[in-house]
Amino acid sequence: MANPKIMAYRRENGRVGIRNHVVILPLDDLSNSACEKVAFNTKGCKAIPHAYGRLQFGEDLELFFRTMIGTGANPNVAAVVVIGIEPQWTNIIVEGIAKTGKPVAGFSIERHGEIKTVEMASWKAKEFMHWASELQREECDLSEVWVSTKCGESDTTSGLASNPTVGNAFDKLEAMGATLSFGETSEITGAEMVAKERAASTEVGEKFMATFDKYQDMIDRNKTDDLSGSQPTKGNIAGGLTTIEEKAFGNMQKIGKKCRYVGVLDKAEAPTGPGLWFMDTSSAAAEAVTLWAAGGFAAHFFPTGQGNIIGNPIEPVIKLTANPRTAGDMSEHIDYDCSAILRGELTLEEAGDQLLDLLIRTCNGRLTAQEILGHEEFVLTKLYESA
Amino acid sequence: MIQFLVHEKADNVGVATVEIPAGDTAKGLYMDTQEPVEMKALHDIPLGHKIALKDFEVDESVIKYGHDIGRIVAAIKTGEHVHVHNLKTRRW
Repeated sequence: MANPKIMAYRRENGRVGIRNHVVILPLDDLSNSACEKVAFNTKGCKAIPHAYGRLQFGEDLELFFRTMIGTGANPNVAAVVVIGIEPQWTNIIVEGIAKTGKPVAGFSIERHGEIKTVEMASWKAKEFMHWASELQREECDLSEVWVSTKCGESDTTSGLASNPTVGNAFDKLEAMGATLSFGETSEITGAEMVAKERAASTEVGEKFMATFDKYQDMIDRNKTDDLSGSQPTKGNIAGGLTTIEEKAFGNMQKIGKKCRYVGVLDKAEAPTGPGLWFMDTSSAAAEAVTLWAAGGFAAHFFPTGQGNIIGNPIEPVIKLTANPRTAGDMSEHIDYDCSAILRGELTLEEAGDQLLDLLIRTCNGRLTAQEILGHEEFVLTKLYESA
Repeated sequence: MIQFLVHEKADNVGVATVEIPAGDTAKGLYMDTQEPVEMKALHDIPLGHKIALKDFEVDESVIKYGHDIGRIVAAIKTGEHVHVHNLKTRRW
């Protein structure tokens, strides 16, 4: 697979998207209702409700704006209608998204009321839908699609086969010049020294270590008996995992054998060039994928053992498992079954190629299981209480 | 049909992909080189659990994924079950 071509959407800023969503984005919890009403009036567009956006401050507010602007700016999104309770913060999001050159319009509810706002926003959403529906896919390189990865509900089949399958695909994508990312800061515990050595330079390795230590300190400050000293978990041990190192190395199989990460990203921060990037994220699936989508990632590889069913509204989540039971009794959630590896009937090389083939099909328009089932978990990472 | 997998040639444990009964001469496969390997199981090895590919003395390292995943705390014979009763983290 030297340089596969895909049919995708090239956006105004040159970025490549594999979906063509018109998004109705609420600034705040109060505006979810208006956004959902606009999405009901205007078929084909998508409201992305969430729980926050009022009285946030400091670093937490910066992360909030970065996440909301990044979501609208993602190349899988063609155009955006933003609705907020008041115009000031609404405009910050509108102006942030407008930098990409894509169509975006903001509406605020104060001085209009919700009914009038819904009417005005619905007219704009209809206009955007007509426009977006005529955009054509064009030939792009697979390497132009930014891909993120994290695993969930892992078991021994994850470390054995599904994570190394992603790793094999990541090594191949990296060689093509793709932009890639992994994260799950806390799940690296036990392999952090090896993770540090996988950095492309000493400086980047030090930055990773500082990020790791900061996250670990936060956990230590807040932890109670529900988290402390419980790694690996009882379930992990029953499944055959003995030490935290073993669990962490299993997790790290996702970044392959060859790639080295070229930089460390803050939550929802966009990379500035090709290569593998570490993003500081929670290990909670929906929170982490929301951060990658906001960082501009267009497709996600999600290996699972016991069967995590997560999705995202704008970044398609391609789910794979090597657990034959999960592939059987939860098959509606699984895009790629690589359990043949466990039977010795499929090599990691072959599985990596098959996963890349599925990525190409997904880029060309094949809907993922999560998209068809409507799993659109959009979960903001909150750093501390609102004022 | 194979009964266990070994990630890398450098590893000194394999992982059962089916339940391996004690006494079985289990068939395995190195995932990187695709070389076959056989090992007589001295214990029952549950699915997902580790089987020793060599004799271990106390304080030796268990290597999986090509990395040190912990310290042996009770001597192990080739073919025995490797888990929390004889392997501990080096972290705490």
